[in-house]
Amino acid sequence: MADGQPIANKTPERAELDVVTNDLGQIAFDAPDNRTAHAREMDDRKFTINFGPQHPAAHGVLRLVLELDGEVVERVDPHIGLLHRGTEKLMEARTYLQNVPYLDRLDYVAPMNQEHAFCLAIARLLGIEVPYRAQLIRVLYSEIGRILSHMLNVTTQALDVGALTPPLWGFEEREKLMVFYERACGARLHANYFRPGGVHQDLPMALIDDIGRWCAEFPRALKDIESLVTENRIFKQRNVDIGVVSKEQALQWGFSGVMLRGSDIAWDLRKSQPYECYAELDFDVVVGKNGDCWDRYLVRVEEMKQSVHIMEQCIHKLRNCPGEPVMVENNKIVPPTRGEMKRSMEALIHHFKLYTEGFHTPAGEVYAAVEAPKGEFGIYLVSDGTNKPYRVKISAPGFRHLQAMDWMNRGHMLADVSAILGSLDIVFGEVDR
Amino acid sequence: MSGHLATVAANTAVLTPLGQEMVAELQVDATVAFGELTLTCHRDRIIGVLTDLRDRFGFQQLLDVCGADYPDRAERFEVVYHLLSLTRNARVRVKVSTDEVAPVPSVITVYPSAGWFEREAFDMYGILFSDHPDLRRLLTDYGFQGHPLRKDFPMTGYVEVRYDEAQKRVVYEPVKLTQEFRNFDFLSPWEGAEYPTDVLPGDEKAIGSAGAPSGGKV
Repeated sequence: MADGQPIANKTPERAELDVVTNDLGQIAFDAPDNRTAHAREMDDRKFTINFGPQHPAAHGVLRLVLELDGEVVERVDPHIGLLHRGTEKLMEARTYLQNVPYLDRLDYVAPMNQEHAFCLAIARLLGIEVPYRAQLIRVLYSEIGRILSHMLNVTTQALDVGALTPPLWGFEEREKLMVFYERACGARLHANYFRPGGVHQDLPMALIDDIGRWCAEFPRALKDIESLVTENRIFKQRNVDIGVVSKEQALQWGFSGVMLRGSDIAWDLRKSQPYECYAELDFDVVVGKNGDCWDRYLVRVEEMKQSVHIMEQCIHKLRNCPGEPVMVENNKIVPPTRGEMKRSMEALIHHFKLYTEGFHTPAGEVYAAVEAPKGEFGIYLVSDGTNKPYRVKISAPGFRHLQAMDWMNRGHMLADVSAILGSLDIVFGEVDR
Repeated sequence: MSGHLATVAANTAVLTPLGQEMVAELQVDATVAFGELTLTCHRDRIIGVLTDLRDRFGFQQLLDVCGADYPDRAERFEVVYHLLSLTRNARVRVKVSTDEVAPVPSVITVYPSAGWFEREAFDMYGILFSDHPDLRRLLTDYGFQGHPLRKDFPMTGYVEVRYDEAQKRVVYEPVKLTQEFRNFDFLSPWEGAEYPTDVLPGDEKAIGSAGAPSGGKV
């Protein structure tokens, strides 16, 4: 501070102590400064500290190098890549069907939403239309994924600022949803359920009924969690007016999803570029007003309510079309069922060919994006006409948002770093890929 | 209910005239395929083209920048920019090509979100971006050598790490595979697995000794 720089270009609003400060923002004491030169230097020195890679509020393996002046953050340098597995390289060496499970391992909080983008990209290359019932199931499970992700985020954001109970309550609901995942595809997390051309299996009627029952019960559980968090004094002190993102900043920095809507930009790919059957479903796009952490929290909570509304509509429609196909009926793309395979020679050949060679896609390049819980999740797929993608670029929302950590945190206090990071909704599976 | 194919057709109908307008105004090449608009220009003009796309055509967001490697081409790398317009509700892809030494101008001044994407492309492909304020590696390990997404970089990499109990630290060693990396060529109906050597283990005697029964089996 020797050069007289202002400490903070944006001092967060908070309960301020009634003290007199000098122009550097330091508390002005009446007593003359009797410190030695050395002591003054020690008092004014800046700190560089590591936040992570193992830090409970880092939401994974994030190493933030923070430059601090006292408790004020002057620079943030996120070091990412600690979970880098080379997914894009691996995908170049595997067939399209073998690649689907890699997508689960990106944003592992909402796995099916990622698969969805990949399946849409392949569908666009192949020019196939997914059957209606499969579209409904995809939408239903995408919304389950959205609730899974938002529920994790809003409750752990509360945890980051000091509340322990919300995650315990929220994880109970997440557990129920994961059981729905398990009942649909056999896995709680790494689903591999959305396949090019539809979904792997149809849902049993009992499962649809149970999801419907959950939809009726969930709003009350959500209300309970809201009663703990939303108007909580500490939660608001830690989140209101923290990490404010203006509309212009949100656009410049390539924000999407809640980060964009929290800053009052009504943009939702489900509405503006509807895929599957979103166009015929009734739901609202939730926007925030101030673009701070609290608004983003509120947007996520409201989106969960909208998701339940969408799920209810899907369930209603699913009940009206029992037994309809959930996969494209083209055995050059979709493997035959096991039962068929045991009886028909042709089905056996198709099965063998699809699980060894896989299907070929026409040469070309497509970019398919879905409104994943965390924002726009895009897949840029380059095909050279063979059975493997030539290049897959996974454009993850968390990557774009984490990039903003530096300017979002400048001038904030050290304690705000975890609040801002929590509101970005970062999952390292997709940031590091 | 508009299906997926209808969306592609509608996008093609909207993007084709838009592409022609861009060709006329920006002197770029434009193609529309799979309902998506792709522009191609020379790398030196990328800042101007993106600035015009942002200011005159309303593409407010840069959502992705990535590299791609085509070793057969004279300029082996492609840098691909994906833009989104919220007002037009349209996407456009801009591609430039480069090689290992020719830098692409950084577009951070136009879209600040390009910062990490360009770092990633540099890390993964070794594509250079001029005037990038902070062109460090992003995803790979500290001190990593090579550019892993290049097509000539082996899938297994060159080094592996393990914790060494004697030295009490993590050590780097050349990759040792207990099993050869298998890459089956399913595209040719006649060839099976590509083994690293012509002679399979155990077959040396049969091939080496002249006069040995060739087939063995009757």
